[in-house]
Amino acid sequence: MKVSSQRCGGELKISLSGELDHHAARRAIPEITAITDIELPVKLVIDFERVSFMDSSGIALVIGAYKRATSIGSGFCVINVSKQAHKVFSAAGICKLLNISEREKDKVNI
Amino acid sequence: MKTINEVTLTFPSKSANEGYARAAVAAFAAQLDPTLDEIGDIKTAVSEAVTNCTVHAYPDCVGKIYIKLRILENNIFEISVRDRGLGISDIEQAKTPMFTTGGDDRSGMGFTIMESFTDNLKIRSQKGKGTTVTMRKKISMRAGGATRDRNS
Repeated sequence: MKVSSQRCGGELKISLSGELDHHAARRAIPEITAITDIELPVKLVIDFERVSFMDSSGIALVIGAYKRATSIGSGFCVINVSKQAHKVFSAAGICKLLNISEREKDKVNI
Repeated sequence: MKTINEVTLTFPSKSANEGYARAAVAAFAAQLDPTLDEIGDIKTAVSEAVTNCTVHAYPDCVGKIYIKLRILENNIFEISVRDRGLGISDIEQAKTPMFTTGGDDRSGMGFTIMESFTDNLKIRSQKGKGTTVTMRKKISMRAGGATRDRNS
């Protein structure tokens, strides 16, 4: 899994790429924490556009990032989540609270 | 229930093998001509079961994970994931959403996801001997699907 970041004004976008499982999350979680702590954004956006698969490890990753963001008074959202990953987030019931939104193209067939 | 086809996989509980397990199970399940959503459900459930073995069954060592896959009559796909690890002392507690004995990188949602992404989940566990998680999922029959080739 690759973690990259882009700063635009007060907004920090962290983009994830690849399969997000336990193996990937173990490395990605500390990386996201480190970037957030350096950048101290006004708003933290996690972009899932390039995440091809996600299991419950993604729930822990997003909750961790959300906690970090709120602790520094930053806004938070997760964007471009695939249908499969959205189903995992829905099972945990955290979509609304954590501002998690599905990819536009995956919504079409519902 | 009649078994139409089956396969077994054995691999060490290294986290790098989680992706292999998902892909291998999905490749075998392809014989049932599942939809993309069904493949997504199967991969997610397998990922949770295998991760449990890596994190909880063998926390301080690398042990073996055994997966048995069966295609049963009526388009039912069965996944059985077994380990010879620590075992679960309280299965009901382990199944509780958000309960985990893992660290901050675990969500405690594994069994909840397995339950909601398959039709049936059975857990057998013996302290010190290991755990077997068996899941079944009915794959929808699609008109003109590849299931006609299953018996050949």
